[in-house]
Amino acid sequence: MTDQLSRVFAALADPTRRDMVARLTEGDHTVNDLAAPYDVSLQAVSKHLKVLEDAGLVTRTREAQRRPVHLEAEVFDLMTKWIERYRRQAEERFARLDAVLARMQDDDNPSSTPPQEGTAS
Amino acid sequence: MTTVQTKDAATRYPEAAIEADSTVPAIHIWRDFAATPAQLFRAHTDPELYAQWIGPDGVGADITHWEARDGGSWSYTARGSDGREDFETSFRGCFHTVREDRIVQTFTWEGMPDGVSLETMTFEDLGDGRTRLHAVSLCDSFEDRDAWLRSGMEVGVNDGYAAIDRLLAEGAI
Repeated sequence: MTDQLSRVFAALADPTRRDMVARLTEGDHTVNDLAAPYDVSLQAVSKHLKVLEDAGLVTRTREAQRRPVHLEAEVFDLMTKWIERYRRQAEERFARLDAVLARMQDDDNPSSTPPQEGTAS
Repeated sequence: MTTVQTKDAATRYPEAAIEADSTVPAIHIWRDFAATPAQLFRAHTDPELYAQWIGPDGVGADITHWEARDGGSWSYTARGSDGREDFETSFRGCFHTVREDRIVQTFTWEGMPDGVSLETMTFEDLGDGRTRLHAVSLCDSFEDRDAWLRSGMEVGVNDGYAAIDRLLAEGAI
């Protein structure tokens, strides 16, 4: 599972592959469709697709002649979950920092009321 | 390394926003605070204040060394209990730049002593009594960065307990 996640991150570290994935969110595409906007060879596009396939991000239908490329959305959920957990941990730390800063406000301006937390526009 | 000051001038970050950089093995975090840049700077450089928030929750840090100046160094130990047994884990690093609007320091978790990340924190005055923290953690490699994202920063929290258990079993800590 974690190895797959590393492959997902690595696969998405490339701007062309990210763009391909973005286009696949709209629907399945053939390799030729996918390659069209890029100024690279079909082989280069196939190589990118192989990386995405190895990461489990995309699959290619066996049956159909044109073998459309399909995005496996649940892999994204896995990645999003990891990042969200990391973000939540950072947020817990920053909530504690909010409290420390509020106490500093009190010390710096004993007469005034510190600004309310969590009221950002 | 280039530092993106602000993703979007109109964006506000009342909660932490996070982004895994796609071009370099870095993690970006943005967060707005109801404080001045000077206060945010103090909360990052005064060891007594720092110990109060660096965490983890309900654990707190024991600052073992602290020299917040250019060329200084720091270390702290987090001790706590996961409900079953006590744990203890340490972090250390060097301060490279300590300036009111910018702190640059290295960061190493003692459980992975060869791993080191470069932490750049900038404090940007938003002009409405708020200050934006932009923290960039630049890791050695994408593999390290992603392992870090997976483990969560505060080892010992949530599923990270398993990692501590492993280290304890191996006698590493």
